[in-house]
Amino acid sequence: MSDHTTDVATREPADEPIPNPGLHEHQPRPTDVDEAAEKRAERQIAAFFGLSALFAILFVVAYFSFEIGGEPDLIMGYGASNLTLGLSLGLALLLIGIGAIQWARKLMSDVEIVEMRHPAASPPEDRAIAISSFEAGVEESGIARRPLIRNSMLAALGALGLPLIVGLRDLGPAPGSALAETVWRRGMRLVNDVSGAPIRPGEVEIGQLINGEPAVFFRNDEEGEPLYEGVELNQAKAKAAIIMVRMRPEEITPAEGRENWGIDGILCFSKICTHVGCPISLWEQQTHHLLCPCHQSTFDLADNGKVLFGPAARALPQLPLMVDDEGYLVAQSDFNEPVGPSYWERG
Amino acid sequence: MTTNGATAAKAKKASPVGSAANWVDERVGLATLAKKQVRKVFPDHWSFMLGEIALWSFVVLLLTGTFLTLWFKPSMAEVVYNGSYDQLRGMHMSESYASTLDISFDVRGGLLMRQMHHWAALIFIASMLVHLLRVYFTGAFRKPRELNWVIGCLLLLLGTLEGFTGYSLPDDLLSGTGLRAADGFVKSIPVVGTYVSFFLFDGEFPGDAIISRLYTAHVLLLPGVLLALVGAHMLLLVFHKHTQWPGPGRTEQNVVGYPLLPVYAAKAGGFFFIVFGITALMGALMTINPIWRIGPYDPSQVTAGSQPDWYMGWPDGALRIFPGWETSLFGFTIPWNVFLPIIVLPGVMFTILLMLPFIETWITGDKRDHHLLERPRDAPNRTATMVALMTFYGLLWAAGGNDVLALVFNMSLNNIIYFMRVMVFLGPVLAFIIARRWCISLQRADENRILHGYETGVIMRSPEGAYAEKHLPVSADEAFTLTARDRDPIMAAPTEADENGVAARKVHLNRLRYKLNQWWYSHNVQKPTAGELEEARHHAEHELAVHQGEIGHSADGHQFDGRSDTQNESPRQH
Repeated sequence: MSDHTTDVATREPADEPIPNPGLHEHQPRPTDVDEAAEKRAERQIAAFFGLSALFAILFVVAYFSFEIGGEPDLIMGYGASNLTLGLSLGLALLLIGIGAIQWARKLMSDVEIVEMRHPAASPPEDRAIAISSFEAGVEESGIARRPLIRNSMLAALGALGLPLIVGLRDLGPAPGSALAETVWRRGMRLVNDVSGAPIRPGEVEIGQLINGEPAVFFRNDEEGEPLYEGVELNQAKAKAAIIMVRMRPEEITPAEGRENWGIDGILCFSKICTHVGCPISLWEQQTHHLLCPCHQSTFDLADNGKVLFGPAARALPQLPLMVDDEGYLVAQSDFNEPVGPSYWERG
Repeated sequence: MTTNGATAAKAKKASPVGSAANWVDERVGLATLAKKQVRKVFPDHWSFMLGEIALWSFVVLLLTGTFLTLWFKPSMAEVVYNGSYDQLRGMHMSESYASTLDISFDVRGGLLMRQMHHWAALIFIASMLVHLLRVYFTGAFRKPRELNWVIGCLLLLLGTLEGFTGYSLPDDLLSGTGLRAADGFVKSIPVVGTYVSFFLFDGEFPGDAIISRLYTAHVLLLPGVLLALVGAHMLLLVFHKHTQWPGPGRTEQNVVGYPLLPVYAAKAGGFFFIVFGITALMGALMTINPIWRIGPYDPSQVTAGSQPDWYMGWPDGALRIFPGWETSLFGFTIPWNVFLPIIVLPGVMFTILLMLPFIETWITGDKRDHHLLERPRDAPNRTATMVALMTFYGLLWAAGGNDVLALVFNMSLNNIIYFMRVMVFLGPVLAFIIARRWCISLQRADENRILHGYETGVIMRSPEGAYAEKHLPVSADEAFTLTARDRDPIMAAPTEADENGVAARKVHLNRLRYKLNQWWYSHNVQKPTAGELEEARHHAEHELAVHQGEIGHSADGHQFDGRSDTQNESPRQH
């Protein structure tokens, strides 16, 4: 819209209702005219700087006087070291700032000065020179006249993108089917996640929720080393963590094919939320609802872990249970669907 | 200068500072660079300080962050904690968590620096947001400063990423929960989601690479880009010269204020120490992110009330209120319930933010340079647009704390979510309408003030018994300041088609643009012309004279309004 293009310099509407009264005359401050006020301000500012130096020294004193770690709440619930270091450092810094600003406000000249602006755009003659220089350069390179060179160079530069991308390939392995499997196998015991003790159906009371894990996390190999530790343990745990609840059998409405997945009203579900993967454990035993603390998806464990409310789209995967020869709760198999958040290949 | 002395003039001995400056100038031409900048003028207004807070808190972040890197070990290797904190001694944990505990309990000043670093990060992002609002509401983003707006938006984005990568590093239960959610977010991306997740974590979540990778991003990549962009932001500020508020002596062609040396240098430099000092006091007195409380990360554990840092709250809110939609097509799954609110929405919102100056210019057709700031009321649609965006942000932010709201106010969580699902659409529209009308009302009030003067608070009664409040003209300074704004440019109506009758698409677009332009300015109050003002003044004087005749001189309205000399007048005695 060229009709609105008005240069800054020429924009001064003719019928401006009120003329610019112009800059006011400088009003002197008390410190400009009263020598006593000036001296007072000078002493004030010097006092700020002096106090600052004092606090800097106090910082050093505090650094060497107070132990850390041992007494985390020595002074008013604060750690003595953190509190004294922070206060002395903070005040040392603050007083420099206050002194400098006071100096600027009281003693430095407060006469406003005027500077003219210049348009951001270059003058037309500069533009013309720049354009003709650029054109001369392009012409001399011959890039327009030699499309073969230009195109092959562009192709070469484009091809450089390949090493750039391929070079990042080893950032991680391909997902494969890893997300669809957990360490759960037929016959693997469910154990308490803290003690590692296996669980008999009789030990679980109605309304109770137990945080559980597969027994394999607590087992050692022949050399006495844990089978799972470090990264492997965390990766396996991130998928295999479960919760067990016991409800009255008559309250449970198992889906078709899940009738024999529970033992006397004990059901086992994945602990990993199907929304974005937080571990879930807020259990309302009266309503059989399980609430995720991260984004408040609510699942009904009496109704196959279905989503009642909230942003999750999928029911919590259920782990089919049975009892082994010694009477402990074990899995019938792995989960029959991937646990955790949904993803493209999940199906 | 006359030197007719008896002795020959001797070259003054150069001071050490002078000779050092000379040394540098002979090598880099410092004086040419400095001659314009040393006394560069900066206008003064409290709101110009907001960006400074962001700048200085960034410097505090660099300083405290460097201190932390001396002890922090960005490694997920498992170690047994052996430090001073009793409750966790003997536990297995990652090296990064153990070293964060060491910084907190075994390095003197370490906890202080950690807390200062975290507080400075919150201040950094908060001040960038408020600075952004200031720039937008006052029209400081207009030509020629649009690119600086874009740079500023990028700074906000990078600052947010810095925050996220930063609070993920300690590898305590809370930060691990955040990473786990982030893993769920990237897995929701169609086609490549699982690959992104596996490449990010070097395998399945949590893997043993993510902390060291985030660390490199947090201390090298992101700060490097941030530093470069902060530099560009400052350079453009110097090049354009700062905007200023209209007022006596201030025009589009000049900049009025104090010189860089000494006043601005002292104020801005002093302000750095104030920001730094306040951060130190916060680090001393206000506990933040006590990572020792809930222990190391364990993928099977979580705490109730898990929430990200506040600036991540709004996308988290969108995630919480989004319905549980998921599509299965040809054996593939698209989790809309995660992908839309957490991957798509932030991208869309950021693009809108980035485009705001360009959208406005397109509608208004205003290609002029603007160096005088505009009051929010003088651009009602601009103001209303940002108010609508703020409402959207605020509602989502509140939704991000829906569990806390439900607990504190004893409300149903479900009802809060239903309410938010409606209000995120309705709220911004309502806010827009209210803000727009509010601005227009304020414009009308301003017009009244210019044309009819200010309210003296003196009520006059005419012989007929009618009451009227006496108005007196505002000061010349105020009247000028109120009228020191541009008239809205008028856009020519678009022609139906161009000469050749082609480019019909452009015609439609132009027609839409014209309609938007009409709507944009339709209710604005333009400042009065000189003629209108003259007429209004004449009318007011006439009215005053009439009333003056009616009620005598004692109630001329000057006594108690604090605007005029009362030496020769005494309050009326009853």
